[in-house]
Amino acid sequence: MAFRPRIIPILLLKNTGLYKTLKFKEPKYIGDPINAIKIFNEKEVDEIAFLDITASKENKAPNFSMLRDIASECFMPLGYGGGIQSIEMIREILNVGVEKVIINTQAVKNPSLISEAARYFGSSTIVVSIDVKKNIFGKYQVYINGGSEKTNLEPISWAKEVEKLGAGEIMINSIEHDGTLKGYNFDLIRSVSTVVNIPVIAAGGASGMSDFVKAVRECEASAVAAGAYFVFQGKHRAVLITYPTQTDITSAFFS
Amino acid sequence: MITIVNYGMGNLGSIKNMLRKVGADSVITSDPDVIIKASKIILPGVGAFDTGMSCLQEMNLLDVLNHKVLVEKVPILGVCLGVQLMTKGSEEGVLPGLGWFDAQTKKFNFVDIKGRYPLPNMGWLDVKLVKSSKLFDNMYDNSRFYFVHTYHLVPTNSTDASMTACYGYDYVAALECDNIIGVQFHPEKSHKFGIRLYENFIKYF
Repeated sequence: MAFRPRIIPILLLKNTGLYKTLKFKEPKYIGDPINAIKIFNEKEVDEIAFLDITASKENKAPNFSMLRDIASECFMPLGYGGGIQSIEMIREILNVGVEKVIINTQAVKNPSLISEAARYFGSSTIVVSIDVKKNIFGKYQVYINGGSEKTNLEPISWAKEVEKLGAGEIMINSIEHDGTLKGYNFDLIRSVSTVVNIPVIAAGGASGMSDFVKAVRECEASAVAAGAYFVFQGKHRAVLITYPTQTDITSAFFS
Repeated sequence: MITIVNYGMGNLGSIKNMLRKVGADSVITSDPDVIIKASKIILPGVGAFDTGMSCLQEMNLLDVLNHKVLVEKVPILGVCLGVQLMTKGSEEGVLPGLGWFDAQTKKFNFVDIKGRYPLPNMGWLDVKLVKSSKLFDNMYDNSRFYFVHTYHLVPTNSTDASMTACYGYDYVAALECDNIIGVQFHPEKSHKFGIRLYENFIKYF
């Protein structure tokens, strides 16, 4: 098989449970994170991203002991985001066996954390996540603190800036698409992936393989992420963890 | 004891987790007195080439590693930056490498290649075995491995290459010469394929 993009489940942590949001709100309980990791491990997923959705808002440090438990079950690339404020925290996260840190709020508040972290740990370890929402004038704006705080940044120039700072990857997420299963914000993804030379992960709204393929083929995303699609089933959003098989992925991307 | 060399660069936790998974005792250390007793060595690494070489130098690890690998011929597995350090040098830096392989580390060059290839090359690739290697003994079908890198291995003698992968073009993904082995990818992050590879390293080398 030739090169194919990574397909990444994003799992949201709130305290010690797994949740899924709708437009960054209404967190719905999904289950136990360690159990979910075991299932995703069995399904041989490409990569996992864990995001603690309340750590930054509540100014909490990452839950290192839980991360240690998660990482010891995880024989795939694992990224963690939420509440990361310092080089020391990053070092501790990497020490437990996580290999990527995902930084959002602190990238905006303290951009030198990105450049320093890239220098210490290598660019490929540092993912900057960008949450975006349209304002009433139809302009995209970058949000931090789990979508609760508006910044003056707009996504294209911010993406270029974080690349310059040394981020190895950018995850671009549309707040209004989160959890909706209505497809990505394809324009937003394309506008970012075409102005940087580092891999861009599409996030927010994916409903299945066709969205993944479109994000890659038409929007030049290097990787595709989803939340609801991997944990919900049916219109009543019953909890069921799924992941496409290698055969499904191959036929979707290469047929 | 399998000894994971801690020179300040890299994914030590995930390698330790993997060795625990395959039932092997291991120790993470930067102490030359511990490394000298190693039965097998793993040289991990994520980060820049020169930083890696300077750290090995400053932590007084060069002599003990050269002794173990070249004189005692203890099996060593380099992972990612770890295998790049085993070459003579890298386009990423100016310092000489360990030079255990007659090879250079060069940046991906897509000048004559059609298509868009972001760097780092980050993702899962098929790996093709280009010479027989016990690392691939009893390997699962459709094996794939997780890669994260911007520079790749270029051996002088193609016979040192044991695996290739393709990102824009075919390149060398692993080197193997007697007791010295290195893989560009991260087997500790490559599901059952990586588990099998580590099992083989422990069993056959």
